[in-house]
Amino acid sequence: METRNLICINCPLGCPLTVTLENGEVVKVEGNTCKRGEIYAKKEVTAPTRTVTSTVRAIGGERPVVAVRTKTDVPKSKIFAVMEAINAAEIETPVRIGDVVIENVCGTGVDVVASASLQRAR
Amino acid sequence: MKREIVIIGGGPAGLAAALAAKEAGAKDVLILERDVRLGGILNQCIHNGFGLHTFKEELTGPEYAARFEEKVMETDAEVWLSTMVLSLSKDRVITAVSREKGLVTIEAGAVILAMGCRERSRGALNIPGFRPAGIYSAGTAQRLVNMEGQMPGHEVVILGSGDIGLIMARRMTLEGAKVKVVAELQPYSGGLKRNIVQCLDDYGIPLKLSHTVTEIRGKDRVTGVVISEVDDRLQPIPGTEEYYSCDTLLLSVGLIPENELSTGAGVELSRATNGPTVNERLMTSVPGVFACGNVLHVHDLVDYVSEEAAAAGRAAAEYIANGQPERSGGAEIPIAVGGGVRYTVPSAVDPAHMPELLTVRFRVGNIYKNVYTSVYFDGERVLHRKKQVMAPGEMEQVVLKRADLLGKNVGKITVTTEED
Repeated sequence: METRNLICINCPLGCPLTVTLENGEVVKVEGNTCKRGEIYAKKEVTAPTRTVTSTVRAIGGERPVVAVRTKTDVPKSKIFAVMEAINAAEIETPVRIGDVVIENVCGTGVDVVASASLQRAR
Repeated sequence: MKREIVIIGGGPAGLAAALAAKEAGAKDVLILERDVRLGGILNQCIHNGFGLHTFKEELTGPEYAARFEEKVMETDAEVWLSTMVLSLSKDRVITAVSREKGLVTIEAGAVILAMGCRERSRGALNIPGFRPAGIYSAGTAQRLVNMEGQMPGHEVVILGSGDIGLIMARRMTLEGAKVKVVAELQPYSGGLKRNIVQCLDDYGIPLKLSHTVTEIRGKDRVTGVVISEVDDRLQPIPGTEEYYSCDTLLLSVGLIPENELSTGAGVELSRATNGPTVNERLMTSVPGVFACGNVLHVHDLVDYVSEEAAAAGRAAAEYIANGQPERSGGAEIPIAVGGGVRYTVPSAVDPAHMPELLTVRFRVGNIYKNVYTSVYFDGERVLHRKKQVMAPGEMEQVVLKRADLLGKNVGKITVTTEED
């Protein structure tokens, strides 16, 4: 038996959650006041994910960098690996929202895409 | 030059106001934006979490802005970029300047104020010490990192736990900086819960509530700060000083509506919000001048900015079409606040001119658990809703129905919190 303490992020209430695990399986969620808390707790202890947002160098752009994001969530444990890949990447301008910057970043199956547009420097 | 509706500011509020004004049938809409692009502060807010209410998906700031920008561009609303408004008069004459057009005078039929807000700066805080390099507002640091590609420093302390400070704690960490601590003067954070978990807890960054910076060390560049605990009157407690070495101090200590133009036009400001007082049509004390977004009162979610701005856009379009509605004496019902409610926007309602459903937004001044939000029409309680928690950092709202107020001779509306 293992227990983990979390704070629910679904609403401003911020319920303190206690999750009980047995052999990596969630057997009990306590402290939540609604169903969303239970769903959040289960995902957070078994497979937490986050969207990573950052910038990449933009070649010839009117600004030196352009905003990027992972198209969807990636495993939380891969955040810093994804950041390393993003910091090594660069993109030719002009850039449009949705342009793929890195395919399948760090083997997550998720692309890093531009989340802002950027014109070429005049 | 004469124009019908002129919107000052092309950020989220200005864009939503322009779109709604066009959709309401306005013929001539002009947006004046001082930056080289539309979108305002959203351009530097590259994190996700925008648009959950509006688009049912989690967008980044630039993506959210682009959705509105595209829609505005599909209309024939006109946009002047790199155009700085210098003044606005009480008869709605705008003086603006741009490299392309020079000095321009515009007589506007209606004006929508959508200038946003600015950050409170070190000067507002009274922290003793020299004035070394390395002290930034969180928003300035955000601009440097996300738009200029520059890192303001490597070892960081953040004062204030507003959302921008929390977001920057994560952003600086991802870019390789060491964020040592976030100190918050109040016993609670002013930021959203999800930001505390995803920006601080995820990266093991400590949040010290009831703490503040009492000394900044370093002469040319910040070398460290002293953080002290504060008592319940927010005064530093001697003997609790702790030293943190750092080269950068970020300040995330509040936002103030940007109302220099408004005051120049004689617009009456609220002492609670620092923004204009407005009626049910979001019109200020100056006829034909409307306000929305962070220039009206500081919001935490952009979705609500868009919603509010759309209402201002519709009201301005109606003003152009029908002129100033006749107001019979005493028709405007003031909205009073009680309990923990600090203010409401709007602060007065004329039932004859309000929409069918009017959203009244408000904030509370402290953390309240298991209290009721109540609305009274004179002595009669018309709304009573339990809320598990209310916090100063989270804007609340109630909806008033026109049918409930029209012809009822209500003298006063009260929005309050109650124990039972």
